[in-house]
Amino acid sequence: MKCERCAEEAVVHFTQIMGGEMKTTHLCETCAAEKGLDPNPPPQKFQLSNLLAQMGPGGEGSAASVVSGTCSFCGLELADFRESGRFGCPHCYTAFEKGLRGLLRRIHGATEHVGKVYLPVDPTAGDRSRRLDGLKRKLQRAVDSEDFERAAELRDEINAIEPV
Amino acid sequence: MDEWASVPDYGLGWLDASGPNADIVLSTRVRLARNVQGRAFGPRARLNDREAVLRSVRDSMNRIELLGGSHVIELVDLEPRVRRILHERRLVSSDLLGRDDKGPEHGAAVLLPDEHPFSIMVNEEDHLRVQAVVSGLRLQDTWSLVDRLDDALGREIAYAYHHEFGFLTSCPTNAGTGLRASVLVHLPALVLTKEIGKVLQGLSQVGLTFRGLYGEGSEVVGNFFQVSNQTTLGQSEEDLIDHLERMISQVIQYEQHARQVLLRDAANVTEDKIWRAYGLLRYARSLSFEEMMNLLSGVRLGVSLKLLPGLRVYTLNKIMVFTQAAHLAQAAGKDLPATECDAHRAAYVRRILATEGVVPPGGEPAGTERT
Repeated sequence: MKCERCAEEAVVHFTQIMGGEMKTTHLCETCAAEKGLDPNPPPQKFQLSNLLAQMGPGGEGSAASVVSGTCSFCGLELADFRESGRFGCPHCYTAFEKGLRGLLRRIHGATEHVGKVYLPVDPTAGDRSRRLDGLKRKLQRAVDSEDFERAAELRDEINAIEPV
Repeated sequence: MDEWASVPDYGLGWLDASGPNADIVLSTRVRLARNVQGRAFGPRARLNDREAVLRSVRDSMNRIELLGGSHVIELVDLEPRVRRILHERRLVSSDLLGRDDKGPEHGAAVLLPDEHPFSIMVNEEDHLRVQAVVSGLRLQDTWSLVDRLDDALGREIAYAYHHEFGFLTSCPTNAGTGLRASVLVHLPALVLTKEIGKVLQGLSQVGLTFRGLYGEGSEVVGNFFQVSNQTTLGQSEEDLIDHLERMISQVIQYEQHARQVLLRDAANVTEDKIWRAYGLLRYARSLSFEEMMNLLSGVRLGVSLKLLPGLRVYTLNKIMVFTQAAHLAQAAGKDLPATECDAHRAAYVRRILATEGVVPPGGEPAGTERT
């Protein structure tokens, strides 16, 4: 798409809502700058690329293990991750664990999952008790909202896991 | 193709406008991102990974009651137009469709069940994207349904899970719960009264984000906003759902208030805009999708304010879906160039409004004249 003011390639697509009309303006980088539109706005909204740039050398958690990070399972290197924003496999989460907490904190404002607890195929006693706590919380909610069908299902599941 | 022919109604359950607040909230969608333990995620997955993931879905399907009678459709087996229809019905993402020149990856598939309003994308960015879409504002029920399906799937398929980080996803923005709950809302009065900016800003301050009709990267058309949770880690699924529900309920109140303001301060202008929109839709000979969506927005407001007697929200929902490019091409039996597509769109809208349009009080159906 071409810039509306010159023939350059448009890189800024700016949608305005004015007088009940929604209008989108397409501009190249230079024209956008002249109109006071920054093509790389400060992160009012969430910008993954900004956060990724902070992971690894120079950023929070720039421990040696992260600087030289490679996932031994899938071969993903930290540089790949910073470029794509995507991990390669589940093992990447432990391979890049050090820098990861800082990143998760910036994305989510938290580092620890407090939702649904998954029971692995060969659960440990700890897994079972975490899962049970989660199910009991859900059961309480189901009862509170009078969803008795769901409550009955949860009750069955709790009974199936509860240590004998 | 044969499989597709036998399942033409998939992804259309929400059209019936049967849910709460269906005139303002088109649909509620809840999706979970899940991955299979020990396999590379979507972007780095090799053919054998993708095949193994698809096989595990097929194998587990028969043992899960909720998935009884499901079909698994591999995208490579479908004609491009049918793939685009699935995309227009929001059953598959543009990612799953693959690049225009290459088409979908082998193993990219979608599971469509017999009766429930959910679907599972297989081998997208994450191995599994489990989602349900229903009419109106129904976050709790929809979460409950997806949660049950996820429990059942998780017993059959070993998920990638970490005791601290939760469900592991290709992109860390989805990690933890892997939950994205979104609500598609129609907010014309907030746009007309110029209050929308404040509302959207307010939403972003409470951890919610908005997008256009087709999710990430899509533009806002026809005053339809898709509002969803921004973060997925550090709160339970129930808390994320409750929070979104509370905030959307407030947005609905703001919208209703703005509608009352319009009726109070600008009743004639509002009514005129609504009838003009209806008139254009009823008689236009060419309509781009964007123009039609903007007109439908006015008409939808009119139905909601009971200014257009006899016209149903269901009809408007149906028009939105069946006037998309691939749907029109399917009905015409051939691919349509843009100008022809606009003519087919206008003809479809005229035909539907002729039989399901506004009925004057005590009068003949509005569509007795020739279209």
